[in-house]
Amino acid sequence: MRLRLVPENTSWDFFARSTVWLGISGLMMVAAMVSFFWQGLNYGIDFRGGTTIRTESSQAIDVAAYRAALAELNFGDVVISEVFDVNFAEDQHVAMVRIQAQDGQESVKGDVIDGARTALKTVAPDIRFVSVESVGPKVSGELIKTAATAVALAIAAVLFYIWLRFEWQFALGAVAALVHDVVLTIGVFSELQIRFDLAIIAALLTIVGYSLNDTVVVFDRVRENLIKFKSKDLKEVLNLSINETLSRTFMTSVTTLLALISLYVLGGDVIRGFVFAMIWGVIVGTYSSIFVASAILLRLGVKRDWSKPTDTTGNQFGDVDA
Amino acid sequence: MLQIDLWKRIVIWGTVVIGLALALPNAFYTKVETANDAAAAIELGVDTTENREIAGTWPSFLPSGLVNLGLDLRGGAHLLAEVKVNDVYEARMTALWPDVRDALRGERATIGTIRWNSEAVKNGELRVQISKPEGMAQALTIVRGLARPVVSLTGAGATDLQVSGDGNEIVVTLSEAEQQATDERTLRQSLEIIRRRIDEVGTREPTIQRQGVDRILIQVPGIGSAQELKDLIGTTAQLTFQPVVGRAGSADGQAGVGNEILPSVDEEGVFYILEKTAVVTGEELTNAQPTFDQGGRPAVNFTFNPTGARKFGNYTAENIGSPFAIVLDGEVISAPVIQSHIPGGSGIITGRFSVEESTNLAVLLRAGALPAQLEFLEERTIGPELGQDSIDAGKIATSVAFAAVLIFMALSYGRFGIYANIALTINVGLIFGVLSLIGATLTLPGIAGIVLTVGMAVDANVLVFERIREELKTAKGPARAIELGYEKALSAIIDANITTFITAVILYVMGSGPVRGFAITLGLGILTSVFTAIFVTRLLIVMWFEKRRPKKIEV
Repeated sequence: MRLRLVPENTSWDFFARSTVWLGISGLMMVAAMVSFFWQGLNYGIDFRGGTTIRTESSQAIDVAAYRAALAELNFGDVVISEVFDVNFAEDQHVAMVRIQAQDGQESVKGDVIDGARTALKTVAPDIRFVSVESVGPKVSGELIKTAATAVALAIAAVLFYIWLRFEWQFALGAVAALVHDVVLTIGVFSELQIRFDLAIIAALLTIVGYSLNDTVVVFDRVRENLIKFKSKDLKEVLNLSINETLSRTFMTSVTTLLALISLYVLGGDVIRGFVFAMIWGVIVGTYSSIFVASAILLRLGVKRDWSKPTDTTGNQFGDVDA
Repeated sequence: MLQIDLWKRIVIWGTVVIGLALALPNAFYTKVETANDAAAAIELGVDTTENREIAGTWPSFLPSGLVNLGLDLRGGAHLLAEVKVNDVYEARMTALWPDVRDALRGERATIGTIRWNSEAVKNGELRVQISKPEGMAQALTIVRGLARPVVSLTGAGATDLQVSGDGNEIVVTLSEAEQQATDERTLRQSLEIIRRRIDEVGTREPTIQRQGVDRILIQVPGIGSAQELKDLIGTTAQLTFQPVVGRAGSADGQAGVGNEILPSVDEEGVFYILEKTAVVTGEELTNAQPTFDQGGRPAVNFTFNPTGARKFGNYTAENIGSPFAIVLDGEVISAPVIQSHIPGGSGIITGRFSVEESTNLAVLLRAGALPAQLEFLEERTIGPELGQDSIDAGKIATSVAFAAVLIFMALSYGRFGIYANIALTINVGLIFGVLSLIGATLTLPGIAGIVLTVGMAVDANVLVFERIREELKTAKGPARAIELGYEKALSAIIDANITTFITAVILYVMGSGPVRGFAITLGLGILTSVFTAIFVTRLLIVMWFEKRRPKKIEV
C-alpha cells in the first residue's frame, strides 16, 4: 500500500475559474503593495543601519526596565523584544535590543555599544551580550541596492534561460509567477511586520528558484504534450499536463515543507524569519505555477507545431559570417 | 535494456566513496581539529612528543579537511573597514612642501615671498601663496618640474602632480592617475599590515579581504569582541621622526606656520613644537627589535630601508646638536639630541619603557604603521555560546527534517523510495565532502540551505518515479518503463535544476557573509542531488533489477 497525496489519474479542470484565480492573485498583489507602501517593511539593521544587541540573562526579562535604562542615553528609537524558543533552557531569557543609527554618524561608533552595555548591566547584573551587531548607514544603503539588484538579476537571468529553452510566452508566464511570489512574500513581511534583513533576501531568491523549479516542470510537460497531441486545444493540453505532474508537484512541496517546518520549529529563533519566508514561498510558489504561470500561458497562446524547425531554431549561431 | 557499463559503475561508486571519505572528518570535528592544530604546530617547528601524540590520534591516511564554521556558528568578530585614502594625499602634500619651498626659493626676485597655506592639505591640496602674482607662470613651471612619472601599469605616461594657479596661490594636487596608483598601494599596504598584526597574535583562520575600491573585510573567529579586534588592528599607529622646533607649555600655544604641537608620552605637561613635515616615517623601517640601551634600560632598535637611511643620514649630519622627536600616534615618545651623524640607517629609541612596552613597540613598528586611518562601517560580534546553540538547533532540525523526508519517501514509493533515501543520505554526505574539499564556510543560513536541499533533493527522484508510474500504465514491461522514466524525466530535471542553480550563483556573487554560505550549500546541493538522483538511484535500481528480474514492479 502506497501513500498517495493525489488520487491517480486526476482530470481536474484548473482553468474553469482561471479568471477568478488570476483576479484573486491580482488583488492579493495589490494588497501586498498597499501594505508595503502604507506600512513599510520592518527593516533590520542590515538595511537601515543601527545596532542590535542580543542579551541573555538568567533573570526574567523586564522590558520596561530595559527601556528605562536605555532611555537615559537618548539613543532615539530603541526597540526591545523578548525572544522565545523551544530550544532555550529554563532559566535562559533572551532579548533583542535594537538601537537606531545615530544621527550624523557614517560609521559605527563604539560609544553606543558601550553605553548600552553599561546601562543594561545595571538592570540585570548577570546579563551577557551574546551577539552585538552594528551597521553604519553608509553600508546599509548599499546593501539595499545590492539586494534589489540581486533579485532583479535573478529574475532577468531566469527569463532569459526559459526564453532560450522554451518560447517567450513560457518565459513571460514564469516571470509573472515569480513576480507574484516575490510581491506576496514582501507583502506578508510588511503586513506581519516580521524583521526584514539580508537573510530574507536570500530566502526571496530561493523562492524565485523554487517557484521556477515547479513552473519549469509543468512547462516541460506542456512542451512534451504539445508535440504529442497536435490537435488538442491549448487549454486541454495545459490541464492534462498539470494533472499529470500534479502528484510530483505535491510530493516535492510536501517533502520540502516537511524539512522547512522542522527547521522552523527546531532550528532556533535566529533563522526563524528566514525559514518562514521560505515556507510561505513554497506554498505560494506551488500555487502560482499552476494558477498564474499556466493561466498566463493559456492567455498568451503558444506556437503549436514543435516538430518542424522554425527559421531561427538550430541556426541562430550559424549565419554569423555566412 | 537497463544496462550500465562496468566503468560507469566504478566511476559512480568511486565518486561516492571519495565524497564520503572527504566528509568523514566532520563527524569527528573536535578530534580532527585538535589533531590538525597539532600537526600544524609540528610543521612550524614545535615538535614536541605531546604534539606528535595528538596529531597521531587521527590516522594520516584519512582526509583531514574540515568544513570551516562561519562566525555565526563559531563565534567571533567581523569588521568592515573603510580606508581613508585621503589621509595619504594629505601626507603626500605635506611632504611635498619642503621641496616646493626649496625650488621656489631661488626665484624670489620674480615671485616674491612664499607662504604655505597649511590648512588646505586637509583637502589633499598644497596651496602656496606668492606675493607677486605676476610671477605665477614662472612659479608654475618650476613646481611642475617637481612632478615625476606615475609608477603603475594603467597610469603610464602620466605624471604624479597636477599644478595650477588660483589667484595668487599655486595649487598642487595629485593627478588622477597618481591617486589611483596611491589608493591601490594604500589598500595593499593596509591589508598586509592588518594581516601581520592579526597573525602576531596567532588566531585561527582569520579572513582578511579587500572589498571594492577602499574597503577591507576582517573576520576573526574565536575573538571575544569586535572592540578587541579593533584594538588589535590599531586604528592608527603612525611612526614619524620630526624635527623639534622648541618646547611649549600647553597644547594651544603658538606653533607657527608649518609646525604643530604634540604632547609628550611620559612627561605630564610637556609639549613639543615640531615641524609638521617628517624627516622619515615608519613606512621606511625594515626592522625593529626590543633591546637594551647602554644603561641597561629597555629600548627599541630599528633599521631603515636605503631611502630612509639616506634621508636619516643626511638629516643627522646636518643637524648635529639639535633635538628631533620620535612620534607615535601623535605623541612624542622621546626627543633625543642628535649626537653624531648616523649613517647606517639604524638607531635606537630610548624612553621610559618597561620590557613589555619595548617589545610591543617593536612589534608595532615591525608590522608597520597603517598608511591611512580606518573607519569602521560595520561590526559584528557573535558570542561562542550563541554559535553553539545555533549548531545544536541546526543538528536537531536537520535530523528531524531528514527523518521526516525518509519516512515520507519510503511510504510513498516503497522499495524505490528506500533507494531514493540511500541516495539522499549519500547526497548530504557529498555536500559535506565537497564543502570540506574546497574549504568552504558553513553558516547558519548554510545549514538551512542543506535542510532545503534535503527537501528538494528528492525532487529529481520524484520526477523519475512519477514518470515510471506513468510509463507502467502503458504496459511496456518494467524494464522499459524504468528506462523511459529516466529518459523522459531528464529534461525536466535539468531545466528545473539549472534555473535554481542560476539563482544560487547570483546569490553567491551578490551576497556576502552568511548569505554566501547559503548560496554555496544550495548550489552544491543542487549539483550533488542531480548526481545522486540520476546516477546513484538509477544504479541501485538497475542492480536490484538485474538480480531479481521482476515481471511486475510497483513504484
